[in-house]
Amino acid sequence: MTKSVIHTEGLTRKFGDFVAVNAITFDVKEGEIFGFLGANGAGKTTAMRILCGLLEPTSGKASVAGYDVYRQNEEIKKHIGYMSQKFSLYENLTVRENIQFFGGIYGLTRKELREKTAVLIERLGLNQEADKLVGSLPLGWKQKIAFSVAILHRPKVVFLDEPTGGVDPITRRQFWDMIYEAAHEGITVFVTTHYMDEAEYCDRVSIMVDGSIAALDTPSGLKKQFQAESMDEVFLQLARGAKRGE
Amino acid sequence: MSTVRVENIKKTYEKGQVLALDDVSFEVKSGELFGLIGPDGAGKTSLFRILTTLLVPDAGRAEVAGLDVVKDLWKIRQIVGYMPGKFSLYQDLSIEENLNFFATVFNTTVAQNYHLIEEIYVQIEPFKHRLAGKLSGGMKQKLALCCALIHEPKVLFLDEPTTGVDPVSRKEFWDMLDRLKARGITIVVSTPYMDEASRCDRIALIQKGKILELDTLDQIITRHAQNLYAVDADNRYNLMNDLRKNTEIVSAFAFGEEQHVTLPPHFQDKYLSEFLKEKGHTGIKVRKIAPTIEDTFIKLMLENQ
Repeated sequence: MTKSVIHTEGLTRKFGDFVAVNAITFDVKEGEIFGFLGANGAGKTTAMRILCGLLEPTSGKASVAGYDVYRQNEEIKKHIGYMSQKFSLYENLTVRENIQFFGGIYGLTRKELREKTAVLIERLGLNQEADKLVGSLPLGWKQKIAFSVAILHRPKVVFLDEPTGGVDPITRRQFWDMIYEAAHEGITVFVTTHYMDEAEYCDRVSIMVDGSIAALDTPSGLKKQFQAESMDEVFLQLARGAKRGE
Repeated sequence: MSTVRVENIKKTYEKGQVLALDDVSFEVKSGELFGLIGPDGAGKTSLFRILTTLLVPDAGRAEVAGLDVVKDLWKIRQIVGYMPGKFSLYQDLSIEENLNFFATVFNTTVAQNYHLIEEIYVQIEPFKHRLAGKLSGGMKQKLALCCALIHEPKVLFLDEPTTGVDPVSRKEFWDMLDRLKARGITIVVSTPYMDEASRCDRIALIQKGKILELDTLDQIITRHAQNLYAVDADNRYNLMNDLRKNTEIVSAFAFGEEQHVTLPPHFQDKYLSEFLKEKGHTGIKVRKIAPTIEDTFIKLMLENQ
Protein backbone atom coordinates (compact mmCIF):
# COMPACT_ATOMS: atom_id res chain seq x y z
CA MET A 1 0.00 0.00 0.00
CA THR A 2 1.21 3.51 -0.81
CA LYS A 3 1.97 5.46 2.31
CA SER A 4 0.14 8.52 3.49
CA VAL A 5 1.83 11.90 3.34
CA ILE A 6 -1.03 13.67 5.06
CA HIS A 7 -3.05 11.92 7.73
CA THR A 8 -5.86 13.43 9.82
CA GLU A 9 -8.22 11.86 12.33
CA GLY A 10 -11.06 13.79 13.92
CA LEU A 11 -9.13 17.01 13.32
CA THR A 12 -11.01 19.90 14.92
CA ARG A 13 -10.40 23.62 15.37
CA LYS A 14 -12.68 25.92 17.32
CA PHE A 15 -12.58 29.71 17.61
CA GLY A 16 -14.57 30.34 20.78
CA ASP A 17 -17.93 28.63 20.20
CA PHE A 18 -17.43 28.52 16.47
CA VAL A 19 -16.31 25.15 15.10
CA ALA A 20 -14.34 26.14 11.99
CA VAL A 21 -13.11 22.61 11.29
CA ASN A 22 -15.30 19.82 12.62
CA ALA A 23 -13.65 16.41 13.12
CA ILE A 24 -12.28 15.86 9.63
CA THR A 25 -10.62 12.54 8.83
CA PHE A 26 -8.75 11.82 5.62
CA ASP A 27 -5.48 10.57 4.13
CA VAL A 28 -3.52 11.85 1.17
CA LYS A 29 -1.20 9.34 -0.49
CA GLU A 30 2.30 9.92 -1.77
CA GLY A 31 2.35 11.42 -5.27
CA GLU A 32 -1.39 12.07 -5.23
CA ILE A 33 -3.05 15.24 -6.53
CA PHE A 34 -5.65 15.95 -3.87
CA GLY A 35 -8.31 18.61 -4.50
CA PHE A 36 -9.57 20.35 -1.38
CA LEU A 37 -12.83 22.09 -2.26
CA GLY A 38 -15.53 23.95 -0.40
CA ALA A 39 -17.55 27.16 -0.45
CA ASN A 40 -16.10 30.37 1.00
CA GLY A 41 -16.25 30.00 4.76
CA ALA A 42 -16.48 26.19 4.77
CA GLY A 43 -13.25 25.87 6.78
CA LYS A 44 -10.70 25.14 4.04
CA THR A 45 -8.26 27.88 4.99
CA THR A 46 -8.30 26.93 8.68
CA ALA A 47 -7.65 23.27 7.83
CA MET A 48 -4.88 24.23 5.46
CA ARG A 49 -3.22 26.47 8.05
CA ILE A 50 -3.17 23.57 10.51
CA LEU A 51 -1.63 21.24 7.93
CA CYS A 52 1.04 23.84 7.12
CA GLY A 53 2.03 24.01 10.80
CA LEU A 54 0.75 27.57 11.22
CA LEU A 55 -2.17 26.92 13.56
CA GLU A 56 -2.62 24.44 16.38
CA PRO A 57 -5.75 22.30 16.26
CA THR A 58 -8.17 22.18 19.20
CA SER A 59 -8.43 18.39 19.13
CA GLY A 60 -7.90 15.38 16.90
CA LYS A 61 -4.80 14.08 15.18
CA ALA A 62 -2.89 15.18 12.12
CA SER A 63 0.50 14.57 10.63
CA VAL A 64 2.15 15.93 7.51
CA ALA A 65 5.20 14.29 5.89
CA GLY A 66 5.42 12.16 9.04
CA TYR A 67 5.53 15.12 11.45
CA ASP A 68 2.94 15.82 14.11
CA VAL A 69 1.06 19.12 13.82
CA TYR A 70 1.11 19.71 17.61
CA ARG A 71 4.73 18.98 18.44
CA GLN A 72 6.69 19.20 15.19
CA ASN A 73 5.16 22.12 13.32
CA GLU A 74 8.58 23.65 12.66
CA GLU A 75 9.66 20.42 10.96
CA ILE A 76 6.47 20.49 8.87
CA LYS A 77 7.31 23.96 7.58
CA LYS A 78 10.69 22.69 6.36
CA HIS A 79 9.22 19.73 4.50
CA ILE A 80 6.38 21.38 2.63
CA GLY A 81 6.06 23.90 -0.15
CA TYR A 82 3.36 26.57 -0.21
CA MET A 83 1.99 28.85 -2.85
CA SER A 84 -1.12 30.99 -3.06
CA GLN A 85 -2.39 33.53 -5.50
CA LYS A 86 -2.28 36.21 -2.82
CA PHE A 87 1.29 35.63 -1.79
CA SER A 88 3.83 34.06 -4.02
CA LEU A 89 6.92 36.10 -4.88
CA TYR A 90 8.52 39.41 -3.96
CA GLU A 91 7.60 41.81 -6.75
CA ASN A 92 10.59 44.08 -6.19
CA LEU A 93 13.16 41.31 -6.40
CA THR A 94 14.28 39.85 -9.73
CA VAL A 95 13.38 36.33 -10.83
CA ARG A 96 16.87 35.13 -9.89
CA GLU A 97 16.79 36.88 -6.51
CA ASN A 98 13.42 35.36 -5.68
CA ILE A 99 14.63 31.86 -6.50
CA GLN A 100 17.76 32.34 -4.38
CA PHE A 101 15.87 33.95 -1.52
CA PHE A 102 13.29 31.18 -1.21
CA GLY A 103 15.84 28.45 -1.86
CA GLY A 104 18.02 29.95 0.88
CA ILE A 105 15.12 30.01 3.34
CA TYR A 106 14.52 26.33 2.64
CA GLY A 107 18.12 25.60 3.48
CA LEU A 108 19.69 24.88 0.10
CA THR A 109 23.48 25.30 0.06
CA ARG A 110 25.15 27.96 -2.08
CA LYS A 111 26.23 25.34 -4.57
CA GLU A 112 22.76 23.81 -4.78
CA LEU A 113 21.25 27.26 -5.16
CA ARG A 114 23.53 28.15 -8.06
CA GLU A 115 22.83 24.90 -9.86
CA LYS A 116 19.09 24.83 -9.22
CA THR A 117 18.64 28.47 -10.19
CA ALA A 118 20.37 27.90 -13.53
CA VAL A 119 18.36 24.74 -14.25
CA LEU A 120 15.08 26.38 -13.32
CA ILE A 121 15.64 29.53 -15.38
CA GLU A 122 16.56 27.35 -18.34
CA ARG A 123 13.56 25.07 -17.92
CA LEU A 124 11.08 27.94 -17.64
CA GLY A 125 12.67 29.59 -20.69
CA LEU A 126 13.36 32.75 -18.69
CA ASN A 127 16.96 33.50 -19.71
CA GLN A 128 15.91 36.93 -21.00
CA GLU A 129 13.89 37.75 -17.89
CA ALA A 130 16.07 36.29 -15.14
CA ASP A 131 17.31 39.68 -13.98
CA LYS A 132 14.05 41.56 -14.41
CA LEU A 133 11.87 42.49 -11.45
CA VAL A 134 9.11 39.96 -10.91
CA GLY A 135 6.60 42.82 -10.67
CA SER A 136 7.11 43.59 -14.36
CA LEU A 137 6.15 40.08 -15.53
CA PRO A 138 2.68 38.88 -16.60
CA LEU A 139 0.64 37.12 -13.91
CA GLY A 140 0.79 33.77 -15.68
CA TRP A 141 4.62 33.77 -15.59
CA LYS A 142 4.66 34.78 -11.94
CA GLN A 143 2.41 31.83 -11.10
CA LYS A 144 4.68 29.40 -12.93
CA ILE A 145 7.80 30.78 -11.24
CA ALA A 146 6.05 30.77 -7.85
CA PHE A 147 5.14 27.11 -8.25
CA SER A 148 8.66 26.16 -9.31
CA VAL A 149 10.06 28.05 -6.32
CA ALA A 150 7.62 26.32 -3.96
CA ILE A 151 8.99 22.90 -5.00
CA LEU A 152 12.64 23.93 -5.39
CA HIS A 153 13.65 22.12 -2.17
CA ARG A 154 11.81 18.95 -3.32
CA PRO A 155 9.24 18.98 -0.51
CA LYS A 156 7.20 15.86 0.28
CA VAL A 157 4.02 17.85 -0.27
CA VAL A 158 3.15 21.19 -1.81
CA PHE A 159 0.08 23.21 -0.76
CA LEU A 160 -1.48 25.32 -3.49
CA ASP A 161 -4.16 27.79 -2.40
CA GLU A 162 -6.18 28.87 -5.45
CA PRO A 163 -3.07 28.98 -7.60
CA THR A 164 -4.72 29.78 -10.92
CA GLY A 165 -7.17 32.58 -10.10
CA GLY A 166 -7.45 35.13 -12.89
CA VAL A 167 -4.97 33.63 -15.35
CA ASP A 168 -5.86 32.98 -18.99
CA PRO A 169 -7.15 29.54 -20.06
CA ILE A 170 -3.92 28.48 -21.77
CA THR A 171 -1.66 29.48 -18.86
CA ARG A 172 -4.08 27.80 -16.45
CA ARG A 173 -3.61 24.52 -18.34
CA GLN A 174 0.16 24.91 -18.62
CA PHE A 175 0.15 25.39 -14.87
CA TRP A 176 -1.70 22.11 -14.45
CA ASP A 177 0.81 20.40 -16.73
CA MET A 178 3.45 21.50 -14.21
CA ILE A 179 1.37 20.08 -11.35
CA TYR A 180 1.10 16.74 -13.17
CA GLU A 181 4.83 16.68 -13.71
CA ALA A 182 5.56 17.37 -10.05
CA ALA A 183 3.14 14.62 -8.99
CA HIS A 184 4.76 12.28 -11.50
CA GLU A 185 8.09 12.98 -9.80
CA GLY A 186 6.56 11.94 -6.47
CA ILE A 187 5.61 15.28 -4.94
CA THR A 188 2.19 15.16 -3.30
CA VAL A 189 -0.04 18.04 -4.36
CA PHE A 190 -2.76 19.49 -2.09
CA VAL A 191 -4.73 22.09 -4.01
CA THR A 192 -7.77 24.34 -3.52
CA THR A 193 -9.61 25.87 -6.46
CA HIS A 194 -12.88 27.50 -7.43
CA TYR A 195 -12.60 26.20 -11.00
CA MET A 196 -14.65 23.01 -11.05
CA ASP A 197 -13.02 21.72 -14.23
CA GLU A 198 -9.74 21.77 -12.30
CA ALA A 199 -11.32 19.54 -9.68
CA GLU A 200 -11.55 16.91 -12.42
CA TYR A 201 -7.77 17.03 -12.91
CA CYS A 202 -7.29 15.77 -9.34
CA ASP A 203 -6.84 12.11 -8.41
CA ARG A 204 -9.24 12.54 -5.51
CA VAL A 205 -11.37 15.41 -4.29
CA SER A 206 -12.84 16.29 -0.92
CA ILE A 207 -15.65 18.81 -0.53
CA MET A 208 -16.04 20.64 2.78
CA VAL A 209 -19.42 21.92 3.93
CA ASP A 210 -19.86 23.75 7.24
CA GLY A 211 -16.53 22.56 8.64
CA SER A 212 -16.99 18.87 7.80
CA ILE A 213 -15.94 16.79 4.84
CA ALA A 214 -19.24 16.12 3.07
CA ALA A 215 -17.79 13.98 0.29
CA LEU A 216 -14.47 12.45 -0.69
CA ASP A 217 -13.75 10.29 -3.72
CA THR A 218 -12.31 10.33 -7.23
CA PRO A 219 -14.03 12.84 -9.53
CA SER A 220 -15.76 10.04 -11.45
CA GLY A 221 -16.77 8.36 -8.17
CA LEU A 222 -18.32 11.60 -6.93
CA LYS A 223 -20.19 12.16 -10.16
CA LYS A 224 -21.60 8.63 -9.94
CA GLN A 225 -22.52 9.05 -6.27
CA PHE A 226 -24.40 12.31 -6.89
CA GLN A 227 -25.71 11.29 -10.32
CA ALA A 228 -24.17 14.40 -11.77
CA GLU A 229 -22.73 15.17 -15.19
CA SER A 230 -19.96 17.42 -13.91
CA MET A 231 -18.09 18.35 -10.73
CA ASP A 232 -19.87 21.70 -10.90
CA GLU A 233 -23.18 19.90 -10.28
CA VAL A 234 -21.71 17.82 -7.47
CA PHE A 235 -20.42 20.95 -5.79
CA LEU A 236 -23.72 22.78 -6.15
CA GLN A 237 -25.71 19.90 -4.69
CA LEU A 238 -23.46 19.76 -1.63
CA ALA A 239 -22.77 23.44 -1.05
CA ARG A 240 -26.43 24.46 -1.42
CA GLY A 241 -27.09 22.39 1.68
CA ALA A 242 -24.72 24.57 3.72
CA LYS A 243 -26.32 26.06 6.83
CA ARG A 244 -23.57 28.38 7.81
CA GLY A 245 -23.04 31.73 6.11
CA GLU A 246 -19.59 33.06 5.51
CA MET B 1 -29.75 53.04 -28.53
CA SER B 2 -26.27 52.81 -27.09
CA THR B 3 -25.59 53.60 -23.46
CA VAL B 4 -21.85 53.07 -23.66
CA ARG B 5 -19.85 53.93 -26.75
CA VAL B 6 -16.11 53.37 -26.96
CA GLU B 7 -14.19 54.54 -30.02
CA ASN B 8 -10.56 53.70 -30.71
CA ILE B 9 -9.50 53.99 -27.10
CA LYS B 10 -5.79 53.68 -26.44
CA LYS B 11 -4.12 53.73 -23.03
CA THR B 12 -0.47 53.26 -22.13
CA TYR B 13 1.41 53.36 -18.84
CA GLU B 14 4.99 54.08 -17.85
CA LYS B 15 5.63 56.66 -20.58
CA GLY B 16 4.22 54.51 -23.32
CA GLN B 17 6.19 51.40 -22.34
CA VAL B 18 3.16 49.34 -21.31
CA LEU B 19 0.23 49.14 -23.72
CA ALA B 20 -2.92 48.54 -21.67
CA LEU B 21 -5.58 49.23 -24.31
CA ASP B 22 -4.86 49.05 -28.01
CA ASP B 23 -7.45 50.74 -30.24
CA VAL B 24 -10.51 49.37 -28.47
CA SER B 25 -14.00 50.09 -29.85
CA PHE B 26 -17.40 48.73 -28.86
CA GLU B 27 -20.93 49.72 -27.89
CA VAL B 28 -23.21 48.58 -25.12
CA LYS B 29 -26.92 48.86 -25.80
CA SER B 30 -29.35 50.37 -23.37
CA GLY B 31 -30.54 47.80 -20.83
CA GLU B 32 -27.95 45.27 -21.90
CA LEU B 33 -25.93 42.97 -19.64
CA PHE B 34 -22.54 43.17 -21.31
CA GLY B 35 -19.56 41.05 -20.32
CA LEU B 36 -15.86 41.75 -20.72
CA ILE B 37 -14.26 38.33 -20.54
CA GLY B 38 -10.50 38.03 -20.20
CA PRO B 39 -7.63 37.17 -17.88
CA ASP B 40 -5.73 39.45 -15.51
CA GLY B 41 -3.73 42.02 -17.42
CA ALA B 42 -6.13 42.05 -20.39
CA GLY B 43 -6.96 45.74 -19.87
CA LYS B 44 -10.40 45.33 -18.28
CA THR B 45 -9.71 47.56 -15.29
CA SER B 46 -8.17 50.34 -17.40
CA LEU B 47 -11.31 50.32 -19.52
CA PHE B 48 -13.57 50.54 -16.46
CA ARG B 49 -11.54 53.40 -15.04
CA ILE B 50 -11.78 55.32 -18.31
CA LEU B 51 -15.55 54.77 -18.53
CA THR B 52 -16.05 55.89 -14.93
CA THR B 53 -13.96 59.05 -15.61
CA LEU B 54 -11.14 58.06 -13.26
CA LEU B 55 -8.55 57.75 -15.99
CA VAL B 56 -8.03 59.74 -19.19
CA PRO B 57 -7.28 57.78 -22.38
CA ASP B 58 -4.19 58.59 -24.49
CA ALA B 59 -6.30 58.57 -27.64
CA GLY B 60 -9.84 57.84 -28.75
CA ARG B 61 -13.10 58.84 -27.13
CA ALA B 62 -15.83 57.29 -25.03
CA GLU B 63 -19.38 58.18 -24.05
CA VAL B 64 -21.62 57.01 -21.25
CA ALA B 65 -25.33 57.80 -21.64
CA GLY B 66 -24.43 60.30 -24.35
CA LEU B 67 -21.94 62.14 -22.13
CA ASP B 68 -18.23 62.44 -22.90
CA VAL B 69 -15.99 60.73 -20.35
CA VAL B 70 -13.44 63.56 -20.38
CA LYS B 71 -15.58 66.70 -20.80
CA ASP B 72 -18.66 65.65 -18.85
CA LEU B 73 -16.97 63.79 -16.04
CA TRP B 74 -19.01 65.37 -13.22
CA LYS B 75 -22.30 64.50 -14.89
CA ILE B 76 -21.19 60.95 -15.57
CA ARG B 77 -20.19 60.45 -11.94
CA GLN B 78 -23.80 61.19 -10.93
CA ILE B 79 -25.30 58.48 -13.09
CA VAL B 80 -22.91 55.54 -12.91
CA GLY B 81 -22.35 52.98 -10.21
CA TYR B 82 -18.88 51.48 -9.98
CA MET B 83 -17.75 48.42 -8.09
CA PRO B 84 -13.96 48.24 -8.40
CA GLY B 85 -12.15 44.91 -8.41
CA LYS B 86 -10.32 45.85 -5.26
CA PHE B 87 -12.54 46.38 -2.20
CA SER B 88 -12.67 50.16 -1.84
CA LEU B 89 -15.20 50.95 0.87
CA TYR B 90 -14.27 52.47 4.22
CA GLN B 91 -12.93 49.61 6.32
CA ASP B 92 -13.36 51.50 9.58
CA LEU B 93 -17.01 52.35 8.96
CA SER B 94 -19.78 49.82 9.58
CA ILE B 95 -22.00 48.34 6.87
CA GLU B 96 -24.74 50.81 7.70
CA GLU B 97 -22.36 53.80 7.87
CA ASN B 98 -20.83 52.99 4.50
CA LEU B 99 -24.23 52.76 2.89
CA ASN B 100 -25.44 56.02 4.46
CA PHE B 101 -22.23 57.74 3.44
CA PHE B 102 -22.63 56.78 -0.23
CA ALA B 103 -26.30 57.78 -0.23
CA THR B 104 -25.44 61.19 1.27
CA VAL B 105 -22.62 61.84 -1.20
CA PHE B 106 -25.15 61.40 -4.00
CA ASN B 107 -27.77 63.63 -2.32
CA THR B 108 -30.14 60.81 -1.63
CA THR B 109 -31.17 58.58 1.27
CA VAL B 110 -31.07 54.85 1.80
CA ALA B 111 -34.86 54.89 2.32
CA GLN B 112 -35.50 56.52 -1.05
CA ASN B 113 -33.78 53.79 -3.08
CA TYR B 114 -34.18 50.91 -0.66
CA HIS B 115 -36.25 48.96 -3.21
CA LEU B 116 -33.13 48.63 -5.41
CA ILE B 117 -30.91 47.10 -2.77
CA GLU B 118 -33.44 45.38 -0.51
CA GLU B 119 -32.94 41.86 -1.82
CA ILE B 120 -29.16 42.08 -1.40
CA TYR B 121 -29.13 44.19 1.75
CA VAL B 122 -31.35 41.87 3.81
CA GLN B 123 -28.59 39.26 3.57
CA ILE B 124 -26.06 41.53 5.30
CA GLU B 125 -28.44 43.58 7.45
CA PRO B 126 -28.08 41.31 10.51
CA PHE B 127 -24.44 42.49 10.62
CA LYS B 128 -25.09 46.16 9.86
CA HIS B 129 -23.05 47.36 12.84
CA ARG B 130 -19.98 45.34 11.87
CA LEU B 131 -17.02 47.23 10.41
CA ALA B 132 -16.58 46.72 6.68
CA GLY B 133 -12.97 45.70 7.24
CA LYS B 134 -14.13 42.73 9.34
CA LEU B 135 -16.46 41.23 6.74
CA SER B 136 -15.91 38.04 4.75
CA GLY B 137 -15.28 38.23 1.00
CA GLY B 138 -18.86 37.42 0.07
CA MET B 139 -20.32 40.01 2.45
CA LYS B 140 -17.92 42.70 1.23
CA GLN B 141 -19.03 41.94 -2.31
CA LYS B 142 -22.71 42.38 -1.37
CA LEU B 143 -22.05 45.62 0.51
CA ALA B 144 -20.02 47.02 -2.39
CA LEU B 145 -22.88 46.24 -4.77
CA CYS B 146 -25.38 47.99 -2.44
CA CYS B 147 -23.15 51.08 -2.28
CA ALA B 148 -22.81 51.13 -6.07
CA LEU B 149 -26.62 50.96 -6.45
CA ILE B 150 -27.84 53.32 -3.76
CA HIS B 151 -28.10 56.41 -6.02
CA GLU B 152 -30.09 54.49 -8.66
CA PRO B 153 -27.43 54.58 -11.40
CA LYS B 154 -28.32 54.33 -15.08
CA VAL B 155 -25.23 52.26 -15.76
CA LEU B 156 -23.52 49.82 -13.44
CA PHE B 157 -19.82 48.98 -13.91
CA LEU B 158 -18.70 45.85 -12.07
CA ASP B 159 -15.03 44.97 -12.27
CA GLU B 160 -14.51 41.26 -11.52
CA PRO B 161 -17.22 41.04 -8.87
CA THR B 162 -16.98 37.23 -8.66
CA THR B 163 -13.21 36.68 -8.58
CA GLY B 164 -12.22 34.35 -5.75
CA VAL B 165 -15.86 33.61 -4.98
CA ASP B 166 -17.07 29.99 -4.80
CA PRO B 167 -19.35 28.58 -7.55
CA VAL B 168 -22.54 28.73 -5.46
CA SER B 169 -22.10 32.38 -4.48
CA ARG B 170 -21.13 33.20 -8.06
CA LYS B 171 -24.41 31.79 -9.37
CA GLU B 172 -26.36 33.77 -6.77
CA PHE B 173 -24.53 36.94 -7.77
CA TRP B 174 -25.42 36.51 -11.43
CA ASP B 175 -29.06 35.88 -10.47
CA MET B 176 -28.99 39.27 -8.71
CA LEU B 177 -27.60 40.91 -11.85
CA ASP B 178 -30.46 39.41 -13.89
CA ARG B 179 -32.96 41.07 -11.58
CA LEU B 180 -31.17 44.44 -11.74
CA LYS B 181 -31.18 44.17 -15.50
CA ALA B 182 -34.93 43.55 -15.41
CA ARG B 183 -35.23 46.96 -13.72
CA GLY B 184 -33.68 48.55 -16.79
CA ILE B 185 -30.16 49.16 -15.49
CA THR B 186 -27.44 48.76 -18.11
CA ILE B 187 -24.68 46.57 -16.70
CA VAL B 188 -21.07 46.21 -17.83
CA VAL B 189 -19.34 43.43 -15.95
CA SER B 190 -15.90 41.86 -16.27
CA THR B 191 -14.85 38.36 -15.30
CA PRO B 192 -11.95 35.97 -15.76
CA TYR B 193 -14.37 33.00 -15.51
CA MET B 194 -15.23 31.92 -19.04
CA ASP B 195 -18.33 29.98 -17.93
CA GLU B 196 -19.95 33.22 -16.81
CA ALA B 197 -20.07 34.38 -20.45
CA SER B 198 -23.32 32.45 -20.82
CA ARG B 199 -24.97 34.81 -18.32
CA CYS B 200 -24.37 37.90 -20.53
CA ASP B 201 -26.44 39.21 -23.45
CA ARG B 202 -23.28 39.92 -25.41
CA ILE B 203 -19.62 39.54 -24.59
CA ALA B 204 -16.27 40.93 -25.64
CA LEU B 205 -13.33 38.57 -25.35
CA ILE B 206 -10.35 40.67 -24.38
CA GLN B 207 -6.68 39.80 -24.18
CA LYS B 208 -3.55 41.98 -23.97
CA GLY B 209 -5.49 45.20 -24.55
CA LYS B 210 -7.26 44.00 -27.67
CA ILE B 211 -10.80 42.80 -28.25
CA LEU B 212 -10.50 39.38 -29.90
CA GLU B 213 -14.21 38.95 -30.54
CA LEU B 214 -17.49 40.65 -29.74
CA ASP B 215 -20.96 39.19 -30.13
CA THR B 216 -23.44 36.89 -28.43
CA LEU B 217 -21.83 33.80 -26.96
CA ASP B 218 -23.49 31.47 -29.49
CA GLN B 219 -22.47 33.59 -32.46
CA ILE B 220 -18.85 33.71 -31.35
CA ILE B 221 -18.67 29.96 -30.83
CA THR B 222 -20.37 29.26 -34.18
CA ARG B 223 -18.08 31.64 -36.04
CA HIS B 224 -15.00 29.85 -34.76
CA ALA B 225 -16.04 26.28 -35.43
CA GLN B 226 -13.15 23.85 -35.07
CA ASN B 227 -12.49 20.17 -35.66
CA LEU B 228 -12.50 19.33 -31.96
CA TYR B 229 -12.34 15.99 -30.13
CA ALA B 230 -12.51 14.94 -26.49
CA VAL B 231 -9.92 12.27 -25.83
CA ASP B 232 -9.27 10.02 -22.86
CA ALA B 233 -7.13 6.95 -22.13
CA ASP B 234 -6.11 4.87 -19.12
CA ASN B 235 -2.70 6.51 -18.64
CA ARG B 236 -3.55 10.20 -18.62
CA TYR B 237 -0.04 11.45 -17.96
CA ASN B 238 1.35 9.66 -21.02
CA LEU B 239 -1.70 10.66 -23.04
CA MET B 240 -1.02 14.32 -22.31
CA ASN B 241 2.64 14.02 -23.27
CA ASP B 242 2.00 12.03 -26.47
CA LEU B 243 -0.63 14.49 -27.68
CA ARG B 244 1.59 17.49 -26.96
CA LYS B 245 4.48 15.97 -28.94
CA ASN B 246 2.42 15.20 -32.07
CA THR B 247 3.11 18.03 -34.53
CA GLU B 248 0.11 17.23 -36.77
CA ILE B 249 -2.23 18.19 -33.94
CA VAL B 250 -3.20 21.88 -33.87
CA SER B 251 -3.61 21.99 -30.09
CA ALA B 252 -4.31 19.75 -27.10
CA PHE B 253 -5.40 21.05 -23.71
CA ALA B 254 -6.77 19.40 -20.59
CA PHE B 255 -10.48 19.95 -19.96
CA GLY B 256 -11.54 18.21 -16.79
CA GLU B 257 -10.80 14.51 -17.09
CA GLU B 258 -10.35 14.67 -20.86
CA GLN B 259 -8.01 16.30 -23.34
CA HIS B 260 -9.61 18.59 -25.94
CA VAL B 261 -7.74 18.05 -29.19
CA THR B 262 -8.07 20.26 -32.25
CA LEU B 263 -7.18 18.54 -35.54
CA PRO B 264 -6.62 20.07 -38.99
CA PRO B 265 -9.98 20.40 -40.84
CA HIS B 266 -9.78 17.25 -43.00
CA PHE B 267 -8.64 14.88 -40.20
CA GLN B 268 -11.08 12.43 -38.58
CA ASP B 269 -11.38 10.77 -35.18
CA LYS B 270 -9.78 7.62 -36.64
CA TYR B 271 -6.51 9.52 -36.87
CA LEU B 272 -6.42 10.02 -33.12
CA SER B 273 -7.43 6.48 -32.14
CA GLU B 274 -4.84 5.00 -34.49
CA PHE B 275 -2.11 7.35 -33.31
CA LEU B 276 -2.79 6.52 -29.66
CA LYS B 277 -3.00 2.78 -30.32
CA GLU B 278 0.38 3.00 -32.00
CA LYS B 279 1.73 4.71 -28.87
CA GLY B 280 0.56 1.74 -26.82
CA HIS B 281 -2.41 3.36 -25.11
CA THR B 282 -5.33 1.36 -23.75
CA GLY B 283 -8.87 2.41 -22.89
CA ILE B 284 -8.81 4.97 -25.70
CA LYS B 285 -11.94 7.10 -26.04
CA VAL B 286 -12.32 9.66 -28.84
CA ARG B 287 -15.50 11.61 -29.57
CA LYS B 288 -16.22 14.67 -31.66
CA ILE B 289 -17.51 17.60 -29.61
CA ALA B 290 -18.80 21.14 -30.03
CA PRO B 291 -16.43 23.80 -28.64
CA THR B 292 -17.18 25.65 -25.40
CA ILE B 293 -16.39 29.33 -24.90
CA GLU B 294 -13.10 28.32 -23.30
CA ASP B 295 -12.08 26.26 -26.37
CA THR B 296 -12.95 29.28 -28.50
CA PHE B 297 -10.98 31.68 -26.33
CA ILE B 298 -7.94 29.40 -26.51
CA LYS B 299 -8.25 29.19 -30.30
CA LEU B 300 -8.43 32.99 -30.56
CA MET B 301 -5.45 33.38 -28.24
CA LEU B 302 -3.35 31.00 -30.34
CA GLU B 303 -4.34 32.80 -33.54
CA ASN B 304 -3.40 36.15 -32.06
CA GLN B 305 -0.04 35.15 -30.64
